[in-house]
Amino acid sequence: MSNATVAPLPASKATVNDQIKYRSQAVAKPYFVAAIGLFIGQILFGLIIGLQYFKGDFLFPAIPFGTARMVHTNLLIVWLLFGFMGAGYFLIPEECERELYSPKLAIITFWVFLVAGALTIVGYLGLPYNVLAHITGNDLLPTMGRGYLEQPLITKVGIVLVALSFLFNLSMTLLSGRKTSISIVMMLGLWGLAIFFLFSFVNPNNLVLDKYFWWWVVHLWVEGVWELIMGAMLAFVLVKVTGVDREIIEKWLYLIIAMTLITGIIGTGHHYFWIGTPGYWQLLGSIFSALEPVPFFMMTVFAFNMVKRRRREHPNQAATLWALGTGVMSFLGAGVWGFLGTLSVVNYYTHGTQLTAAHGHMAFYGAYAMVVLTMISYTMPLLRGREANSAAAQKLEKTAFWVMTLAIVGITLSLTAAAVTQVSLQRLSASPLSFMETQQHIMPMYWARFGFGLCFFTGLMMYVTSFFVTGKRES
Amino acid sequence: MSASFTKSTARNIFYGGSVFFFLIFLGLTVDTTMAVPSHNAKAQLTDAAVRGKKIWETRNCAGCHTLIGEGAFFAPELGNVYVRRGPEFIKGWMKAMPTNVPGRRQMPQFNLNDAQLDDLVAFLKYSSQINTNNWPPNIEG
Repeated sequence: MSNATVAPLPASKATVNDQIKYRSQAVAKPYFVAAIGLFIGQILFGLIIGLQYFKGDFLFPAIPFGTARMVHTNLLIVWLLFGFMGAGYFLIPEECERELYSPKLAIITFWVFLVAGALTIVGYLGLPYNVLAHITGNDLLPTMGRGYLEQPLITKVGIVLVALSFLFNLSMTLLSGRKTSISIVMMLGLWGLAIFFLFSFVNPNNLVLDKYFWWWVVHLWVEGVWELIMGAMLAFVLVKVTGVDREIIEKWLYLIIAMTLITGIIGTGHHYFWIGTPGYWQLLGSIFSALEPVPFFMMTVFAFNMVKRRRREHPNQAATLWALGTGVMSFLGAGVWGFLGTLSVVNYYTHGTQLTAAHGHMAFYGAYAMVVLTMISYTMPLLRGREANSAAAQKLEKTAFWVMTLAIVGITLSLTAAAVTQVSLQRLSASPLSFMETQQHIMPMYWARFGFGLCFFTGLMMYVTSFFVTGKRES
Repeated sequence: MSASFTKSTARNIFYGGSVFFFLIFLGLTVDTTMAVPSHNAKAQLTDAAVRGKKIWETRNCAGCHTLIGEGAFFAPELGNVYVRRGPEFIKGWMKAMPTNVPGRRQMPQFNLNDAQLDDLVAFLKYSSQINTNNWPPNIEG
């Protein structure tokens, strides 16, 4: 599409984008760009801690393991939240068939969230954690120092305000627009995300109750309401790329999320085996969490079924690949690897070992990283004014998909081998080794994990590069 | 799926199932909350242990260690370290960090004073008294 004979428009005034139905959907773009940027940061810190597993004094004392890990996990959460928010700002106007209630508020919210997130990371890296806690008001209401919820009080309050602004904006859009099942499920998931985050402010002195309600954020997010968000995003993209009747897709969506919550709510009990809670959780947690793979399996069948029954050939094949990939990888990571350690008789030996890390890596990537990347893959070409990227760009994106996905499989298998070694030497052995002695026997697996981590980073760089590949557009 | 199984059936299963199981979960939560004190009758949550918990949290101990299996998997389980090592070892260990042994995993020096160390030990003593249904399988955690 060469327009050499036409005088170019001023750089600041872009042409009207005819690929997006509502102009306000464009606010999704900065969210997706920030998500990818933070994703890169997450992987860099992942490489640091992966290296520290076998070269223990790497970057010590400048960046101790605990600090780098906190940055790694917090960046994960934040980039996924940016991804969900971008998805919400794109999806809700399109489903509701009207402009976003306030695009301006969405942009203000974006900058507040990005600056608050960046300051928090700077605080983690630049200050001793207890000093950060002291100057940010942790003495008023102690909430810090618990996994994934390490953020200072003021950051947590900021997250709530950002979430409220975001939800207000989307809810106002939904209330006066068309109400589809996809948009309602998306909103239920996002409201649930915000509501369960409020439990991050609950930190009883009693360690048992502290742990009990900590899971109301962590478990009821990733094995509860986040699956609603995931399902809605996947359904949205599948409607678009397959052209299958919305009624069929939405019926699947309801069935999947029904199974998610029917199994996943009581499934929280698989975290209540050993933390000082009554023994009945061993039975309840085992039964319900053993059923938690079911909705993820349905997600896989759903994605493949819809693509098989497609009524159109969408030129964005990369987006279709991501949609199928998230179906498969979420089932493997969350479903199969989650099941490996979920029965209480098994969990007795695997609790608190590298098996949790193995499951965590594949589940977070397969379910949430990949569904955000599915959404980005589908929407970013549209936001940039084209139905799909060039063949060359898509080829690179698809290669990046395979490199990252196979790298995660490698990371998961390495950590699973680490877990088997750890459980046999430290837990099952008649003369158990100490934790640190056991770690010495796991070093080769940690090397392998780091190698696959480098592969993952390579795949991520290919993915980022794919955004800058031009080439001939397919008509 | 057959045509008789409609979207609204699926929607009703979702809303009905979710509300039903969430209500059961709330009931179980009430029961658990009431059962926790008697289930953990041996766990003494002293004032010192409460202060120690704040030290545990504000030094991001769970960034490397597990506590009853939860946290990070870089350094040893500490839920039972009071039993495994004893109070004096713990305090001496904290004061001796970091080891600066080349290549070995390093723990920061947190510069805790004697009173803070006592509080931290009180917290670890408390955590070792929690009724974990016999987890971990052995003393090594």
